[in-house]
Amino acid sequence: MDIHEFLTSPAEASKRSGPHDRIVLSSRVRLARNLRGMAFPGWAKKPERVKALETIRPAVEGLRQMGGAFSESMDNLTALDKQILVERHLISREHAAKNAGSGLVLNKEESLCVMINEEDHLRMQSLRPGLQIKDAWQAIDQVDSLLEKKVEYAFSPNLGYLTACPTNLGTGIRVSAMLHLPALVLGEQINQIIQAVNKLGLAVRGLYGEGTEALGNVFQVSNQMTLGEAETDIVERLNKVLAQLIEHEENARATLLESKPKVILNQIGRAYGILANAHSISSKETMNLLSLLRLGVDIGLFPGTERSLVDELFLITQPAHLQKRYSEKLSAEERDLLRADMLRERLRHVSRPHPMPSSSPSPRLDKPNES
Amino acid sequence: MLCDICKQNVATVHLTQMVEGKTKKVDLCESCSKAKGVDDPTGFSLADLLLGLGAAQEMEQAMAGGEIKCPHCGFTQADFKKAGRLGCADCYATFGEGLESLLKTMHKGTKHVGKTPHAFRQSQDLADKLKSLQSKLDKAVHDEDFETAAHVRDEINQVKNKISELTTS
Ligand SMILES: [Zn+2]
Ligand SMILES: [Zn+2]
Repeated sequence: MDIHEFLTSPAEASKRSGPHDRIVLSSRVRLARNLRGMAFPGWAKKPERVKALETIRPAVEGLRQMGGAFSESMDNLTALDKQILVERHLISREHAAKNAGSGLVLNKEESLCVMINEEDHLRMQSLRPGLQIKDAWQAIDQVDSLLEKKVEYAFSPNLGYLTACPTNLGTGIRVSAMLHLPALVLGEQINQIIQAVNKLGLAVRGLYGEGTEALGNVFQVSNQMTLGEAETDIVERLNKVLAQLIEHEENARATLLESKPKVILNQIGRAYGILANAHSISSKETMNLLSLLRLGVDIGLFPGTERSLVDELFLITQPAHLQKRYSEKLSAEERDLLRADMLRERLRHVSRPHPMPSSSPSPRLDKPNES
Repeated sequence: MLCDICKQNVATVHLTQMVEGKTKKVDLCESCSKAKGVDDPTGFSLADLLLGLGAAQEMEQAMAGGEIKCPHCGFTQADFKKAGRLGCADCYATFGEGLESLLKTMHKGTKHVGKTPHAFRQSQDLADKLKSLQSKLDKAVHDEDFETAAHVRDEINQVKNKISELTTS
């Protein structure tokens, strides 16, 4: 099966909507499981890994939730295919590096994705647009309950589900959400917020970029502890924190519009100017500017433009998605030219930002003697 | 400053995080941060990395001197230090002592709370039932109510049979 024929087009994928998707891009719940009596994938010899794959793959394929799924051994996917799956956030980079003995099963809706022989024998994920971590948990809980009837998990009543890394021990759950927080970054409140969330035992980090750099102002919030706390409590706790983060970001947006409308209009106007007119642009710069464009759409500076257009551009301007459109191998420089061409073309019908946001609160103009 | 993972290259990526009031710090070189997928949303967790590294150190301290090897998979603590991962599920029993303090620092507790596979739930339920029957029997014997005692003994035997069926299947 061809993964590109299987995957939803970027345009369609970007139209998926969910609660609070102005700020919460997506929700994810991941469970780590291993088979009883078999070495973990990182330590197992190849025949044992193959055996684990051959046990797990049919069991996963046979689930009713997986009807019509894409199922493939990792060695049958090209490097570009794998990179596309990484850019879609469907598989980890670690899994993309795997070959024979590892596999992937992805359902038609792209809401359930099972990595076989990643760090653990099973890494099953449930994905939802917007803030829906409870739904995501229920969906993956069901899959897990069906699978435990078909394969025998490594489990200890004291330590819970046994995982390759002790950090996943117990519930093996990682609950996370991807958030777009441009106003908290522009208002320089983000570090304070990150520290406060860290103190609650949750991790926050930039989704793109390295270290503390957060390209595109996209952050991921997730639980860190998996032993000694029940799944539902973890989900509940994260839900509360996410609700607060949404409120903080909304407040930051309102405050910025109120106190520094010129700063915001300037940033968004410049972002639009570059995106719509550049002839060469890197992936990094594109992400940062698209983030501002998205904020502009959210606060009503681009009437008639859908947020999904920005989200689509965010996806199709990434290296593998861009490369996929061309048969010959592109250099980074060539990609920068083609990326700029694509952005100019796609933004041709998007008018310059409306000087006054059409949604309330309408910003007052800065008075000259105030600045 | 050298990279915490390869201990060869100069660290250029510096990560800090507060975990339950403790500040954890990791310094990585460019290539190790790429290899560990620091910018990867689906796989990487800073906690994993931080705790993985800290874990190796703490385990080394806990096992100072002795070289322990997992009887099931042959994994050693040196392997753990290198990989930050264990070899198989039995490694938890093998390295249990060294892991205990580590689990305390990285998790909310050291006892699993939450989902349990159905088969385990069944055997747990039976174990609970056995316990309550046992105390019922003790009471009956104490009260010299031999009719009840005989009855309870039958029930206990039935539960014991069920347990042995579960564990042999
Ligand atoms: Zn290094
Ligand atoms: Zn072992």
